[in-house]
Amino acid sequence: MNIVVCVKQVPDTSDPDTEVHIDGTGRGVDQSKFSFVINDADNYAVEEAILLKEKHGGEVTVVNIGPEAANQVIRMALAKGGDAAIRLDDEKFAFSDVLATARLLQSAVKDGGFDLIMAGCLASDDGYGAVGVTLAQLLGLPHAAMVKTVEVIDDKKLKVGRELEGGLLEMNEIEMPCVLTIQTGGNEPRYASFKGIREASKKEIKVMDLGATGLAEDQVGEAGSCAIMAQYSVPEVGELAEILEGDPGTTSARLAEILKEKGLV
Amino acid sequence: MEFDLNEEQTMFRQMVREFADKEIAPYAEELDGTGEFPYEIQAKMADLGLYGLPIPEEYGGAGADFVTYSIAVEEIGRVSASLSISMAAHTSLGSMPIYLFGTEEQKQRWLVDLAQGRKLGAFGLTEPEAGSDAGATRTTARLAAGEWVINGTKCFITNSGTDITSHVTITAVTGEHGGGKEISNILIPAGTPGFDVAPSYRKMGWHNSDTHELSFTDCRVPEGHLLGERGGGFKAFLKILDCGRIGVAALSVGLAQGCLDESVSYAKSRIQFGQPIGRNQGISFKCADMLVEVELARLATLKAAWLADQGRPYTREAAIAKLFASEAAMRAANSAVQIHGGYGYIEDYPVCRYFRDAKILEIGEGTSEVQRIVLSRMLGL
Repeated sequence: MNIVVCVKQVPDTSDPDTEVHIDGTGRGVDQSKFSFVINDADNYAVEEAILLKEKHGGEVTVVNIGPEAANQVIRMALAKGGDAAIRLDDEKFAFSDVLATARLLQSAVKDGGFDLIMAGCLASDDGYGAVGVTLAQLLGLPHAAMVKTVEVIDDKKLKVGRELEGGLLEMNEIEMPCVLTIQTGGNEPRYASFKGIREASKKEIKVMDLGATGLAEDQVGEAGSCAIMAQYSVPEVGELAEILEGDPGTTSARLAEILKEKGLV
Repeated sequence: MEFDLNEEQTMFRQMVREFADKEIAPYAEELDGTGEFPYEIQAKMADLGLYGLPIPEEYGGAGADFVTYSIAVEEIGRVSASLSISMAAHTSLGSMPIYLFGTEEQKQRWLVDLAQGRKLGAFGLTEPEAGSDAGATRTTARLAAGEWVINGTKCFITNSGTDITSHVTITAVTGEHGGGKEISNILIPAGTPGFDVAPSYRKMGWHNSDTHELSFTDCRVPEGHLLGERGGGFKAFLKILDCGRIGVAALSVGLAQGCLDESVSYAKSRIQFGQPIGRNQGISFKCADMLVEVELARLATLKAAWLADQGRPYTREAAIAKLFASEAAMRAANSAVQIHGGYGYIEDYPVCRYFRDAKILEIGEGTSEVQRIVLSRMLGL
């Protein structure tokens, strides 16, 4: 089974020191103090892909859109068991929306003869949650979103479990080739071993620029997007919100008072 | 000059840090309270190759360089000194002697399991009456009918009593040579009759590292368990200790970094007199000083490791790194507790444990005083 797994590099928001500030353009955030990691859901997608490969054979190809600095998340996926990698990198790709992003991914995977394409269901930075399913649409393939479990029925069919509200698991059969967007929590992402890291440094990361994608300039970036990001803003503190200030002793006492006043406890 | 880690080392640091933060840090305090050896975490670390980093792949190791090894010891040491010393002692004292001085047969028999972390190894040098003064070693090994018969006591021996300890290599007097004691290294398998492991010490810190007093009473092992040349024990363990000093230096860097991280985080969030305490120079300068010392300690440690990787002498640099880093760690732990005030004195905050774990760094693998002796002799004094 030949699998593609799409990975995105995102700011590490688990780091408590990560402060988000809008930059001068109003259309970006100051990234100078961020540390970057693989998007959480993508990490689970990588693990699922490697588990499937270990069980059923085949190869895992890691695909990313990003600058050279994104090599660190690509190499880590290779170190965990990925076999090959493609990185789409061109300054013209900047400000790509969901559609333009999916188009870029399509250009990288369409001729690969892959059985299964996986991506995380949601990126932790822009939070669209739509790239995977848009990619399926462009490729004309069936898809399942928010997938938590993947089982192979035979070489044509998969059984996938989608977690719904209340923890209900919806089981579906889906024909390959197909696209799955993977949720967090369905597996336990491994750590790369030293041996894996050493082997990853020998694996090639194929870089595709605009020319290599075969796409026209007006199909990518802002020109190729149907949604244009206008600007970021910090939400204003509303009338119904009360921010408690002071040390934990004071704020917790005040919080207890409010809960009591409102009859919530 | 090149101060950057290479891509492999950078990725490795990232991986070990993530592992330490997710798989060790959340359990470190509870584990410390139990005083038990953390077999589950040890096994996970072994799976990542952490228990055989500088051992070549042909003997089951990772074939990594000493810089990579130092990174691992530091990153684990940042969250748990116990697990870090267990790994470092296993590598430099348990495994390296066999790799450096063992016969091919001994390497195949012992080293492969050690390098893969399925077994742990220990080294017994210190005795109740002989630590740094190795010439005062009293443990004897007498050759009789093709067997070494060992009698004596060793103390403070790390990894010597776990369920997966495979052996302890000891130094023993095997005769006289040129009017002095002939000291040799002998490999004693765990469970050999006459080899007794005392219950764990009640230590100030390093609660999850396994440390025992060992006694040998007419303990017999085959003649072939001699490790290295007969009479070569003194030279051998000096070499082993050099490597061990890089490990303790790296652990010290990790512990000091942990103190710095905790202090900065606390200084930002603790409000007194209407502002974070970190706004007071009395606190912020302590943090700045810690930062300077962590950086210098790390540079000294990585330089010693780098020299070892180049196959060049590194006794001097290992002593410098061990001396400076361990004392810097003690100072950092002291500052970290002070910055935390009363909260630093209770076990709810990790700096309390870091403080208890720091002191031994100035003692193990040669005390600060011994490092100063080594260095002053190098100055011709």
